[in-house]
Amino acid sequence: MGKLLKQIFLVDLFQGLWVTFRNQNPKYIYTEQYPAERPKVAERYRGAPRLNINPDNGETLCISCNLCALACPETLIVVTSQRNEETKRKELTTFTYDTSRCMFCGLCEDACPVDALELTQDFEMATYTREGQIWDRQMLEEGPRPTQYKC
Amino acid sequence: MPDSTFLDSTELVLNMGPQHPSTHGVLRVILKLDGEKVLGTECIIGYLHRGVEKIAENRTYAQFNPYVDRMDYVAAVSNGLGYCLAVEKLLNVEAPPRAQAVRVILTELNRIASHLLWLGTHALDIGAITPVFYCLREREEALKIFEKYCGARLTTHAFRIGGLLYETYDGFEQDVMQFCDMFVPKVDEYEELLTNNRIWVGRLKDVGILSAEECKEYGVTGPVLRAAGVKWDLRKAQPYSGYEKYDFEIPTRENGDTYDRYVVRMEEMRQSTRIMRQAVAAIPEGPIMGKVGKVIKPPVGEAYVSIEAPKGELGYYVVSDGSTQPYRCRVRPPSFVNLQALDRMIRGGLVADVVAVIGTLDIVLGEIDR
Repeated sequence: MGKLLKQIFLVDLFQGLWVTFRNQNPKYIYTEQYPAERPKVAERYRGAPRLNINPDNGETLCISCNLCALACPETLIVVTSQRNEETKRKELTTFTYDTSRCMFCGLCEDACPVDALELTQDFEMATYTREGQIWDRQMLEEGPRPTQYKC
Repeated sequence: MPDSTFLDSTELVLNMGPQHPSTHGVLRVILKLDGEKVLGTECIIGYLHRGVEKIAENRTYAQFNPYVDRMDYVAAVSNGLGYCLAVEKLLNVEAPPRAQAVRVILTELNRIASHLLWLGTHALDIGAITPVFYCLREREEALKIFEKYCGARLTTHAFRIGGLLYETYDGFEQDVMQFCDMFVPKVDEYEELLTNNRIWVGRLKDVGILSAEECKEYGVTGPVLRAAGVKWDLRKAQPYSGYEKYDFEIPTRENGDTYDRYVVRMEEMRQSTRIMRQAVAAIPEGPIMGKVGKVIKPPVGEAYVSIEAPKGELGYYVVSDGSTQPYRCRVRPPSFVNLQALDRMIRGGLVADVVAVIGTLDIVLGEIDR
């Protein structure tokens, strides 16, 4: 009799659904709502490269010593410089960084004596073209600008 | 219709892979079948060949370091440790005690991460879906520690020749301790799901038996060897990086079947947390980088160092001709050697067992093809 009533009133079904509803507010949410909220990567994360500029006068910190290009296992960094006749110093002209071949090992960052080249926490580096993956000096100084979505 | 197709069972050649999800990568296995019975197998490898050993000859010692992570990408930290130890032996320097302790912690953490991925995918191959979610959940915690420590989750490039580049971050010890405390009950949880599960036992017991003698003949190492009853672990047999200081057991079993290898690996994860606890409790103070010049130029000579990677004995043989680039760098990957025993293990078995045996070998194709 009890079994029949249980079957009529679908007790098992509601018991099962109760488990579902009980977990509507889980303590830990593992899903990241990605474009709306960006994941927090670690402080030491090795992401998009950046060529730092001096915040006071906007000049590049790079002394074009070419050490990063020598340290790179994939030789994807090309640095060109010009000697300034007045100050007798090498000045950076172009800086190319091929992110399509980069494996983010961080050796260029370690090699830099003035902390000009740095691997930052930016990770959104996708482009539509292959040429877009080769970053020039301007791109390296500004950093990638991913689309911001609003929710 | 020809007469002989149905009743007369002919030998059937079946291609498995290289896109088959249960081959854990791009392994191609040609199976010769008589009905459900496997008469013989042939492994075809090389789909992931990148010529890493040749790349080594055109890179400096420091530059080659990130490439070794890409061989066994599931256990990148162990690979880095093996390579760094080999070059350090060539240079005749030793990492400072603090660096050694941190290395041990990270390699053991990596062993757990590797075993977790193995357990998840192996269970998925057999047909159990839940373990893979559980395992990847805990693996995530381990990978978070790697990311916090060195900035990358999988191909870490955590160690440098001569020691470490990165000092431990604030709260590293607490994070590792917390992981250990959290992890041990989780292993029991996996065991609850699998160990006495009838389907699990039925699929794994007496499947792919490899006896101790056969293991030695094939040169099989790691958990596969230990499951056959041979108490051989390089961490105990020839301790490196200060493993002699830590107290841990080598889990062994007798039968050498797939189920025993599962039990051995589960126990290994527990032992790894034991090592981590001891190492974290006693991280010495001091420098993290040994006396290595900026340009690494080892004297003429050769060095072979083997370590106990999660999959077995991982060896690095580096030859120096006195220049900044290695003359030759040969890798002895555990998966490659273990894969040789595949034919011996499946022959005479059933088709369904092929997946179980490939899973239990814990192969990583990046390491086999290099």
